[in-house]
Amino acid sequence: MEEEYVLLKGNEAIAHAAIRCGCDGFFGYPITPQSEVLETLSLEKPWETTGMVVLQAESEVASINMIYGGGASGKRVMTSSSSPGIALMQEGITYMAGAEIPGLIVNVQRGGPGLGTIQPSQSDYNQATRGGGNGDYNTIVLAPASVQEMADFVDLSFELAFKYRNPAMILSDGVIGQMMEKVKLPPFKARLTREQIEERYPWAATGRRSGRTPNIFTSLDLSPVVMEEHNKHLQAKYAEIREKEVRYSTYKTEDAEILIVAFGSASRICKKTIELCREQGIKVGMIRPITLWPFPTVAIRELAKRMKQVFCIEINAGQMVQDVRLAIGDTCPISHYGRMGGMVPTPEEIVNVIKQ
Amino acid sequence: MKNEIIIAGFGGQGILSMGKILAYAAMMEGKEVTWIPSYGPEQRGGTANCTVIISEEEISSPILSEFDTAIILNQASLSKFEKALKPGGILIYDPSAIIEQPQRKDITIYRIPANETAIEMHNPKAFNMLVLGGLLKALPLVKSENVIKALRKTLPERHHHLIPANEEALAKGMDVIQKL
Repeated sequence: MEEEYVLLKGNEAIAHAAIRCGCDGFFGYPITPQSEVLETLSLEKPWETTGMVVLQAESEVASINMIYGGGASGKRVMTSSSSPGIALMQEGITYMAGAEIPGLIVNVQRGGPGLGTIQPSQSDYNQATRGGGNGDYNTIVLAPASVQEMADFVDLSFELAFKYRNPAMILSDGVIGQMMEKVKLPPFKARLTREQIEERYPWAATGRRSGRTPNIFTSLDLSPVVMEEHNKHLQAKYAEIREKEVRYSTYKTEDAEILIVAFGSASRICKKTIELCREQGIKVGMIRPITLWPFPTVAIRELAKRMKQVFCIEINAGQMVQDVRLAIGDTCPISHYGRMGGMVPTPEEIVNVIKQ
Repeated sequence: MKNEIIIAGFGGQGILSMGKILAYAAMMEGKEVTWIPSYGPEQRGGTANCTVIISEEEISSPILSEFDTAIILNQASLSKFEKALKPGGILIYDPSAIIEQPQRKDITIYRIPANETAIEMHNPKAFNMLVLGGLLKALPLVKSENVIKALRKTLPERHHHLIPANEEALAKGMDVIQKL
């Protein structure tokens, strides 16, 4: 039974999961701490097996625009990078949102701002959850907390991206990207054939045949009247995503008096904090947003009703606090604790914060 | 049972691979494992370390500030991690790279002359497997045969001729480790 497991880094798991989920193409540019994604794909040579294209592009800007083209053709295409590289991609991401092109962007975050450090961070939360580029748009954002979730969220992201014709992002960080855990890789799923793409995605640019109307992709329309209607359509879509796609998990909240809100690697650190607190009789529980957008606003609001204190534990200066505050208002006091610039808090450090 | 292990020393000593092999062998025995490296701008001769957690139950934090076991392979790492051991913990060190001896009285200390032995064996690359052998003697976390199986699984086919030498180093490490 144990034979089914392999020991992989989070970044390696992303690459293997991409090959297995019928991904058509990966376009990326190396950057620490995510370089193993492209490295693993290059070693696995999926172009010889599934026919998946793997290309080291000349830049991040080129990568994201290749995703734009691939996604417009109804192909499952993706890129991955780390914080400064993702910053460069923002123009392409907003174009994709505007033109309603599906695709997957993986961000293995490192400390910022600017080129920052190569150590782990969660300081791209605002950029990821607020859109990041110009205009009124959102990307679907999933935050894995284990190597298994790095693998599982690749297919899930593609499913959501194509269901809603919207870019999706896996917001990971240097901890999850670099650590190894045992992981059960998903079963192989075949890449879609051209016929299947034409049937499932009639909107895709598959080459016009038999006189059908051309499928045109653009985020530009010079008529503000038309553009406002398009925006209304996008907003209606985002409302539907907010309603249907919220994902979260809870840990020891049943009898908790103190609630931690944490995502990704911070949630793993906080699990240990909770074990340590409970050894000392402090009843702490946690809610972990799995989708950062859409945010689990209602679930946090409900849980906070019976808490004495809420702690936002993030590896940043407190970016998620805004969303937690919007969820619970003034019904419960909120504190934040985090480290910045590539420093990662330890479980014991957070225990001390909670005890104070 | 859970064991939280830090392996620390110079880049190029095979620290990260040693941690991976240990984690892989533990996974093959059905345990939960995490392995996380320090991934700064390390290079040969700089400092390197990795944390390995082996547990019967699901592992929470891969990031730790206290350890059950520390394998120390240079002076800088001794200064940094001796104090991070839990009382009752195990410290294993190679005296060849240590100037100041470990001071703690509330831990169990083992000494393994891995560097010296690797030179005697005319195989400096056997260093990390000697240390791993020593660790498994002091603390039987996984069976030796599973370490060899893990090597067979993780090494590319073209390196499989090196497995007997690794097996020998593992056994030798078990011989040369001494409890102080």
